[in-house]
Amino acid sequence: MVVIGAGMIGAACADALATRGMRVAVVDRGPVVGGTTGAGEGNLLVSDKAPGPELELAVESLRLWGELAGELGARALEYEPKGGLVVARDQRAFAELRASAELQRAAGVTAVDVPADGLREWEPHLAPGLAGGVHYPQDAQVQPALAAAALLRRARATGRVDLLTATAVTGLAKGRVETDAHGTLHCGAVVNAAGTWGGEVAALAGATLPVLPRRGFVLVTEPLPPLVRHKVYAADYVADVASGSADLQSSAVVEGTAAGPVLIGASRERVGFDRSLSAPVLARLAAQAAELFPVLRDVRVLRAYRGFRPYLPDHLPAIGPDPDRPWLLHACGHEGAGIGLAPATARLIAQLLDGEKPFMDPAAFGPGRFEKEES
Amino acid sequence: MTNSAEPAGGYDLAVVGAGPAGLAAAATAAEHGLRVVLLDSAPRPGGQFYRQPAAELRAARPQALHHHWPAFQRLLGRVDAAAERVTSLGDHHVWSVTGESGAFTVRALTGPDQRQARSVTARQVLFATGAHERQLPFPGWTLPGVVGAGGAQAMLKAGLVLPGRRVVVAGSGPLLLAVASSLAAAGARVPLVAEAADYLGYAAGARVLAANPGKLVEGAQHGAVLLRHGVRLRPRTAVVAAHGSDRVEAVTLARLDAAWRPVPGTEWRVACDAVAVGHGLVPQLELPLELGCRTRRLPDGSAALVVDAAQRTTVPGVWAAGESTGIGGVQLAVAEGELAGRAVAGQTAAPRPLLRRRARLRAFADLMAARHAPGSGWTGWLDDATEVCRCEEVTVREVRSAVAELGAADQRTVKLLTRAGMGWCQARMCGPAVARLCGAPSADGPDVPGPDVAVAGQDDGAPTRPLSTPVPLGLLAECDTTAPSSEGAPR
Repeated sequence: MVVIGAGMIGAACADALATRGMRVAVVDRGPVVGGTTGAGEGNLLVSDKAPGPELELAVESLRLWGELAGELGARALEYEPKGGLVVARDQRAFAELRASAELQRAAGVTAVDVPADGLREWEPHLAPGLAGGVHYPQDAQVQPALAAAALLRRARATGRVDLLTATAVTGLAKGRVETDAHGTLHCGAVVNAAGTWGGEVAALAGATLPVLPRRGFVLVTEPLPPLVRHKVYAADYVADVASGSADLQSSAVVEGTAAGPVLIGASRERVGFDRSLSAPVLARLAAQAAELFPVLRDVRVLRAYRGFRPYLPDHLPAIGPDPDRPWLLHACGHEGAGIGLAPATARLIAQLLDGEKPFMDPAAFGPGRFEKEES
Repeated sequence: MTNSAEPAGGYDLAVVGAGPAGLAAAATAAEHGLRVVLLDSAPRPGGQFYRQPAAELRAARPQALHHHWPAFQRLLGRVDAAAERVTSLGDHHVWSVTGESGAFTVRALTGPDQRQARSVTARQVLFATGAHERQLPFPGWTLPGVVGAGGAQAMLKAGLVLPGRRVVVAGSGPLLLAVASSLAAAGARVPLVAEAADYLGYAAGARVLAANPGKLVEGAQHGAVLLRHGVRLRPRTAVVAAHGSDRVEAVTLARLDAAWRPVPGTEWRVACDAVAVGHGLVPQLELPLELGCRTRRLPDGSAALVVDAAQRTTVPGVWAAGESTGIGGVQLAVAEGELAGRAVAGQTAAPRPLLRRRARLRAFADLMAARHAPGSGWTGWLDDATEVCRCEEVTVREVRSAVAELGAADQRTVKLLTRAGMGWCQARMCGPAVARLCGAPSADGPDVPGPDVAVAGQDDGAPTRPLSTPVPLGLLAECDTTAPSSEGAPR
């Protein structure tokens, strides 16, 4: 097998395939975790997903993350099963939030309503005046670069995985992957785990996969004593993820980390691969974080980093064989959820390659779904 | 006091950095009629080189610690003479410059503890952001008493404080001699200066040296001071370990081969209560890189801004002078500042002597950079437990493991896998060492991939520091009250 992409999805796929005894080459044109994995927060969320196939994938994936933390050590992944707290600014938003939580509960999510006067028990530094919230104990966090590295290390320890970094794929055909640095790699199947660049990889095989970049910024504060215990965000976040608008959508997700800094993230813009600093976006993230946690107002932001979330038109990932090329399996386009969805994505890919019955119906993630729309 | 109200439509020019280059550029541009705003993080102008003692120390003769003091006085005099057109904003820490030619916004923090925001707008911007010191770690370098050579010099100039009574000066580069002579002149005992490079190397550049007699005189002056104070110069020598419990008490020195590898069996111990160490200077580029300015690789592996004959960077409306365009010292910085100031003001014909002077000094600078380029063998004095990143306490062992097991081959990947460079200093301290430990094309300074490195998503030499200094969240939230400009809009 050849896995293209040494980010979180590629690492999880390599690990899952090697565990099943397959020989794998992981190929990346850059270093390990050089793309979106290295620029993300490491959100493992069920709270932001509406009932449906993505939530089903997320519930299984978060369960798998818990297992991985047991096997590899929570410290090695900086895994923290800290839970999420979604808050509502007014009664209308709180009612919507509670209704959405009710549906999520029916889909297997644990969600606990928190009245306004109970919020401070969960987060002592939350701003006063919020209407209420919902606590999601399944939400968790990993440090994505470390988590991907840990999976790659374990995969390589099987002796069945080669890691070829600084190696660009220049051609793709059944049974063959052409590279610039390591010649032709012969293989039974190819997994496209190239994230934001998954569309380019698909094109090398003559396939079409409309993966587009969506820019996001994350602010990182100076290390602090524990101030923020959960992943905390305002309820309009959920609407942002599904937004079809190209305008800036931003609702700060605020969280503490094991290492001390508070992370503030989740701005979303469609500006192509433009890396320039956007002061209005940073200002808005900062303002929203300060609105949720006034105590952060005096905290210094040490740095801001940016990344490009890979997204597909319907905001669902592509997982499964290419409609016309059964030897090419896509595993990309997870938008802001790739870290969380990686273990279950890898499991689906491994089951499909092994001819096993998948743990869930992957039809909704079928890479062929966009062709149908066009015809 | 200078005029502090921003003119309608903004300033003609914002100069970031009030060291020699920035002062020269601001004075020259103002003399040619431009309205200039000059920002610097220090309360008083002068930069690292002409760092002035705090006023409350009432230093009687600050010039005693300085070289080229009269030249500095002349620059200050020129800025004063043009005071109507120069707004000097000391104690302004610039954290971001955005915009495009004709409309740049410069955002700074000021006031006690840097808690007040201030932004200015300008049609053009000039970066004279200087340099910071390159540090290569060695066992024991985190002990109290081990200080940067440039830091020791700054402490002396700004606070009239010595780092210790018996100070070993070590590292590489011409700064070491200046630091040693300042320390000795101020009363410290300097048992020796350990220079990792081989001074004999200068012989290969005899023609360039002959063209720069001033530099020879300068070197000779330091030499005379050092001789008078009994300071020994040891080329091809490095501090390979510092020892002590609460504070440094001694160092181990060793001879180096041509590649800076310690020669086994040559170690000896010297008692001291401080070590001033530095391995040359690295241009400070965060702000211009955020605007997209292109860089070139200097002979010692660090990155510097690409500028044309008029000191214009590759981004329209953005200029640079001084160390940010390549380490070259105070005289070159002033020459570049003058040329840039004239060019920004639209003076297309530069005086030939000034051009010749710049070329001569630049050639000397390149020679120095090549001679003092860190050799690859320096990693031979590390042990696995040596901390590379002090902020995040990342050891050599962790960095090497990321390289060996995961093929990390650049500073950013090592950072992601080990946290090296994620802390308070944002890799300004450990970056060069990490880059060298992972065999990156010696990318010094802010994660600058070489022009030939095409990594998905961070090709184009883009840096990863949108904020060049820590900013209080509350101020960041208020920093942009205007409607989002095109930079935030979809494209």
